[in-house]
Amino acid sequence: MSLALPDGSEQLLAIEGRSLWQDAWRRLLRNKAAIVAMILLAIIAAMAVLAPWLSPHPYDEIYWERIQAPPDFANQHWFGTDGNGRDLFVRTLYGARVSLMVGILATGVSLLIGVLYGATAGFLGGRIDSLMMRFVDFMYSMPFMFFVILLMVVFGRNIFLIFVALGAVEWLTMARIVRGQTLSVKRRDFIEAAHAAGVRKRKIITRHIIPNVLGPVIVYMTLTIPQVILTESFLSFLGLGVQEPLTSWGVLIAEGAQQMESAPWMLIFPASFLAVTLFCFNFLGDGLRDALDPKDR
Amino acid sequence: MLDLLLRRLLVGIPTLLVIITVAFFMIRLAPGGPFDKERAVTPEVERNLLKAYDLDQPLLTQYGRYLTGVLQGDFGPSYKYHDFTVGELLRAGFPASVKLGSLALLLAIVIGVSLGAMGALYQNTGRDYAVMTLAMTGITIPTFVMAPLLTLIFGIYLAWLPVAGWGEGGWRHLLLPVVALALPQIAYIARLTRGSMIEVLNANYIRTARAKGLAERIVIGRHALKGALLPVVSYLGPTTANLVTGSVVIETIFGIPGIGRYFVQSALNRDYTMVMGTVVVYAVLILLLNLLVDLLYNLLDPKVQQR
Amino acid sequence: MKPHRAAIRALALGIALASTLALSGLASAETVLRRGNAGEPDTLDPHKATGIWENNIIGDMMMGLLTEDADGKATAGAAESWTISDDGKVYTFKLRDHTWSDGQPVTADDVVFSIQRVLNPETASEYASVLYAVTNAEAYNTGAIDDPAKIGVRALDPKTVEFTLASPAPYFLELMTHHSAFVLPKHKVEALGDDWVKPGNMVSNGAYVLSEWTPNTQIKLVKNPKFYDAAKVAIDTVYYTPDEDRSTALKRFRAGELDVSYEFPGDQIDWLRENMPEAVHISPELGYYYYVFNLRKKPFDQLAVREALAMAIDREILCAKVLKTGEIPAYNMLPPGIANYGEPALVAWHGMPQAERVAKAKELLAGAGFGPDNPLKFQLKYNTSEDHKKIAVAIAAMWRQIGVQTELFNSEVKVHYNDLQEGNFEVARAAWLADYNDPHNFLFLLDSRTKKLNYAGYNNPAYDKLMDEASQLTDLEARAKVLGQAEAMVMQDLPYAPIYHYVSEYLVSPRVKGWVDNAKNLHRVRYLSIEG
Repeated sequence: MSLALPDGSEQLLAIEGRSLWQDAWRRLLRNKAAIVAMILLAIIAAMAVLAPWLSPHPYDEIYWERIQAPPDFANQHWFGTDGNGRDLFVRTLYGARVSLMVGILATGVSLLIGVLYGATAGFLGGRIDSLMMRFVDFMYSMPFMFFVILLMVVFGRNIFLIFVALGAVEWLTMARIVRGQTLSVKRRDFIEAAHAAGVRKRKIITRHIIPNVLGPVIVYMTLTIPQVILTESFLSFLGLGVQEPLTSWGVLIAEGAQQMESAPWMLIFPASFLAVTLFCFNFLGDGLRDALDPKDR
Repeated sequence: MLDLLLRRLLVGIPTLLVIITVAFFMIRLAPGGPFDKERAVTPEVERNLLKAYDLDQPLLTQYGRYLTGVLQGDFGPSYKYHDFTVGELLRAGFPASVKLGSLALLLAIVIGVSLGAMGALYQNTGRDYAVMTLAMTGITIPTFVMAPLLTLIFGIYLAWLPVAGWGEGGWRHLLLPVVALALPQIAYIARLTRGSMIEVLNANYIRTARAKGLAERIVIGRHALKGALLPVVSYLGPTTANLVTGSVVIETIFGIPGIGRYFVQSALNRDYTMVMGTVVVYAVLILLLNLLVDLLYNLLDPKVQQR
Repeated sequence: MKPHRAAIRALALGIALASTLALSGLASAETVLRRGNAGEPDTLDPHKATGIWENNIIGDMMMGLLTEDADGKATAGAAESWTISDDGKVYTFKLRDHTWSDGQPVTADDVVFSIQRVLNPETASEYASVLYAVTNAEAYNTGAIDDPAKIGVRALDPKTVEFTLASPAPYFLELMTHHSAFVLPKHKVEALGDDWVKPGNMVSNGAYVLSEWTPNTQIKLVKNPKFYDAAKVAIDTVYYTPDEDRSTALKRFRAGELDVSYEFPGDQIDWLRENMPEAVHISPELGYYYYVFNLRKKPFDQLAVREALAMAIDREILCAKVLKTGEIPAYNMLPPGIANYGEPALVAWHGMPQAERVAKAKELLAGAGFGPDNPLKFQLKYNTSEDHKKIAVAIAAMWRQIGVQTELFNSEVKVHYNDLQEGNFEVARAAWLADYNDPHNFLFLLDSRTKKLNYAGYNNPAYDKLMDEASQLTDLEARAKVLGQAEAMVMQDLPYAPIYHYVSEYLVSPRVKGWVDNAKNLHRVRYLSIEG
């Protein structure tokens, strides 16, 4: 489940340089969908962080007299309870914590590997570049989902591993994008000038190249996060999700999907949160791309 | 072209070898074995089972034997399904999976490209948003929710289509699984098409074509769409990988006798040979598809040929 | 647009075709049963089979010397009569005059061959050990002796076969219904080897013959005209489908695609009771769900800790509110309905109200040195499943009331059982379903000589001695008494915390007649018929 941007779109994402940021920000603010997406995401993130204070119920408390009860305002179960009699509202928010964290951290891992790898390849160029990219091509032909599953099986399950595994899957495309950007940036005048001025290679990479490839990287990140969240839900469906009493949207939805007729609230609430979040990230990503893409001016 | 083919084949063989090796040793590292069950067998029986399946040999010997076997087209016996070999099971399941996957791919491309093109033509209008939102619902609802939802609506409430099963692979049994499998891909393809189409529509040659007074239908249909399809073509590789992953869920929920279900089940069952069989089949499939994509790309993109 | 019209025409044609097919299906006189089986069989070889979903299919085709009645009780099968010696050690079976589906007679030779095959170490049968009651069966199966002729089974004449047992086993007749004791067609197995179970090769002595097997799709059985009681078999064709996803199986049943469906998602029980009560079949099954304490690890070597944990579980609430499918709260090990047994030996505190139990449990923990400042902490392992998860979450909450902090840890089934057998756990979920209806099949689990299956590592010489004593008794009442003492010992020492006794879950269309709920959960199709 990797979202790979095609070769062509790497150029499509090309941006002009630092002078663009303010411009881009102004254009992003004009994109209503992106604004709404940002606001909603901020709300969901805030709810996730503030979860313990938003509900009178602890996330792992069982209410024996209210097992699998529909939404009920008298007892402050706004989303009802699950099959164990735990409050679904607070569990959905705790699920948000895990899902968002998996999404962001796994993307962070892919970012770290992808940017370092891609920038190095693009900057060094020549033989090393083609060798490094050959390796990426080779990795692409791996049945990755399979290896993620194997990883979970081999090392048992913990959240940390999920981050690393998913991050390790997603870095390939990131590396390609960054390399493409680096190649085009490298040829620019100011880099040549830095070279001429005798600035060291490492400094050129960190000071000049990385800041300049940030645009497309941010766009791709925004699109990777929902991808990873979805993948986590897929793993949960396979029974490879986080351990109880922790939960994630994937776990909640997988449980709810079993009961869509008899206890629809168990599916509808977590699924809506997931859907809204994915929508928002995608709209935001599209908005960012439009804003950062000079060709669309 | 021939050069590309040869080069790809040369790279493909070591790639496959690495994949086989990694998968082979990884699954062996996993705790638990094919004969660990609720009911422990006596040590003697376990010894016999291990002997019967050559599992009592040193790992490297087993690896060597496996490779020799695969070279001769022998994937070994299944450790779980005692009455079949891995080859038999894969052969039995392959047609169903291919049918399901290729139909879903076709559907995703047709609908995805149409929606994406529509979005681009009406860029930033209400129609654009509506179309793209519609396309995007496909990725916001996980397959394992969409599939049971579809069966509930069309199989039970409306009773138009069978709930599950394969029949003889007729359209009534295929419709729901194909749609459920294609939905998430539609979103990606639509978005990709929209993006590249917008770019192409602004390109010089389209402006020229329009200026020449060509009918808008021809400009869009013949020139713009062709250019816009390039990224879609290069996305076919990942799409196929995604379809494979999706088929794990779809085949389980719809009870389709494909090989997608073995993808996860065999790993959980520690059916070592089946794991390896599935990996090899999918790796070959992905390699071939990537090759096909490159060939297509060569045909479609004038820039590549000049290089 | 043209393509549209073409598509509509194709659609119409398709619908017409489909309905014609459906109609022609109705018109034929053939009676068909479609049975969702909750699993793809690993094998159809009775000697290698391990699961009830395999037994369902195989048992429709093959018979042992005895077989199941409609209500699951042992009844005459390949043998029409038998005699038992006074010391309970020699069983002589007279074979029924019947043939395999290819017309070859079923002989005493087939029986001897089958027993020798299942015990042959090369067959690697996982269930061979249930036959260890037979003289030298264990020795041959474990490779201690090489000569199969030394096993206590021989043909007296073509229609008579004699079994000699090492010690009297009152469950021996019952055992003869088990699939590892099924009679196999010697002529086919010898000629074809392991391939004898393939469609076209397989011949059977039961009501049905294997016709087709498409892996993961369906298994088709057709009526065996050579079956001795064929006149009474009402259903002509049986389709077994794997339907591994239980939610899908339920939907298929609702849509009428299945007549019988094994197991339904437990959380749907309320909906089912409300919407299709006549289809729901729930009945006690010979099975036992428990949490096992690892006695090799501290502090579970202390009785007080085990007792406190066992007492704090509110089984009534668990069964009534979390499981809801009629599971029976367990205060002992042996399930209700077990044969050859007396009164169950319940835990001493089974009559105590729950509040009192909680208070007592706290006291016990305090006595063992655990309290608010030094809470008892451990990991509870269970294998991945919606039900196991719910139970673990609920019990962890119950344990929290007595100040215990439980870390939940679930793993896939292979890892879980590997951990259990290697003793790599503190407290873990486990269960046992009977192979044959006798207390021995449960109580042997705690015999120290059982090794791997004795997950707790329970090692009590007094208990082993009771087991030895019981194995020598032919008088059922005296034997039941000794076994009762053994169970009481377990309920005293609590290596396991009993949780509940199983029920079987089936959905059976009201059109299907002749279905009898039974504790063995076996429902042979030869007794069923379809109305309308």
